[in-house]
Amino acid sequence: MSLQTIIMGDPRADRVVPPTGFTANLTVFAAAAMAFLAVFAMALSFASGRLADRWESELAQSSTIRISAPADQMVAQTEAALRVLDQTPGVASARVLSEAEQQALLTPWFGPDLPVANLPIPQLIEVIEEGAGYDAEGLRLRLQGEVPGAVLDDHTRWRKPLVAAAERLRTLGVFSIALIAATTGVIITLAAGAALAANAQIIDALRLIGARDVYIARAFVRRFTLRTLIGAAAGTAFAMAAIAVLPPAGGEGGFLTGLGFRGVEWFWPLVVPPLAAFVSFWATRTAALRRLKQVT
Amino acid sequence: MIEFQDASMGYGGGKLFSDVSLDLKPGSFHFLTGPSGAGKTTFLKLCYLELVPTDGRVAIFGQDSRKMSRDDVAVARRRIGVVHQDCRFLDHLPMSENILLPLTVAGRDTAPEMGNLEELLAWVGLSAQADALPPELSGGERQRAALARAVIMAPDVIVADEPTGNVDWDMSLRLLSLLVELNKMGKSVVVATHDMNLIRQAKAQTQTRVLRIRDRTVQQAEVDL
Repeated sequence: MSLQTIIMGDPRADRVVPPTGFTANLTVFAAAAMAFLAVFAMALSFASGRLADRWESELAQSSTIRISAPADQMVAQTEAALRVLDQTPGVASARVLSEAEQQALLTPWFGPDLPVANLPIPQLIEVIEEGAGYDAEGLRLRLQGEVPGAVLDDHTRWRKPLVAAAERLRTLGVFSIALIAATTGVIITLAAGAALAANAQIIDALRLIGARDVYIARAFVRRFTLRTLIGAAAGTAFAMAAIAVLPPAGGEGGFLTGLGFRGVEWFWPLVVPPLAAFVSFWATRTAALRRLKQVT
Repeated sequence: MIEFQDASMGYGGGKLFSDVSLDLKPGSFHFLTGPSGAGKTTFLKLCYLELVPTDGRVAIFGQDSRKMSRDDVAVARRRIGVVHQDCRFLDHLPMSENILLPLTVAGRDTAPEMGNLEELLAWVGLSAQADALPPELSGGERQRAALARAVIMAPDVIVADEPTGNVDWDMSLRLLSLLVELNKMGKSVVVATHDMNLIRQAKAQTQTRVLRIRDRTVQQAEVDL
């Protein structure tokens, strides 16, 4: 039963199975719905992957030193910390965040009119790493000795769970796609089983006049494969259109606004209809040949 | 052609018939008689490979029916034309397509066969019903159409299960004359029937043998039995 046979078909062979409008519509609808969900799961997976990569790269190469000291010691301790950082291998640069930058970081919580200068806010130093990075434990001990008010935050405690969560989300997306493919297989198997049972007398008659199993199976397989392909193509097109009109990811775009495809990722949903058709082909063929074995 | 060697057939612990040995030779005409439930249909099913014997051997065209693959069975059935009591048509296809179906499933081009189809429809007297759907035909018309479908592949054997069971006497005689004509063309014919008058009519037209299922065996019988 080749792909060419499935696509080209044999009009006379197709006619041996009577048309079943209602079942056909249900199969097309189920395939469309499953393809729609699969494309969304794919978009979720890609978005999670991008998020994980971004967090991984952005957070891995930077860290922060927070200096909490009395106001009269703040400048001295900041300079001391910069000296230590200057002498630390693996540190590419260290930069003291300006008052405006610190205010920008606090704005989401306290609003834009926060008088940062009048508040006992710690001074932040952004540290950019190079190569394999610095020895965090060594730097922490040295800061402890030379800059008592400094606390090193290498983002590890943030980065690891965030990246792990994003990775898990990506895995769940892939798992969802596999689950959708399996469910599609189950739905098609049930629909094919129902069609085969409804046409049991026709199958018996065809066997008795000399039809081979593969001939009878082909009539059902081709029908269900084409229905699934059409339904999945419609579902995929609809899902791609729905994702295309989602709001674009802006500068403050979170995960949700980043849901979708970028660049060549847009080609990936095109895999869904042929994949669904293959699942349908395999499921119907298996169901048909199993049913035919019960017929002499 | 179809050879039974000590063949037995059992159902649910009991035996319908046992140790049947006979040879249905090319060009022969056999009637199979016996009371209802004696196993006439089962015997015919052994002939067209719907069943295999529980013991012994049935060879179809030299092949042991037990050892045939499903594809072998399909190919062998193309050489056996079967007329079922219930005809078993595909009700959504017109009669002409139903009759051509054995050619279609065998992958043969039906276009060159259209002339033969017209002749065949005329032979069974159904030229006017070519485009009718099976449910639109009478019982006799359906039986004749089933006979046309059985012979479209020019099979070596015709097997008919109570072909006159649902038709009047005139139609029975017409069906019989078609079967006799096929036999005279060299086809082997096996007909299961309980109609002794039909057997007597056949004996008057051609050489026939009568097999009777009795006492769990298949015996050659005289028509007067």
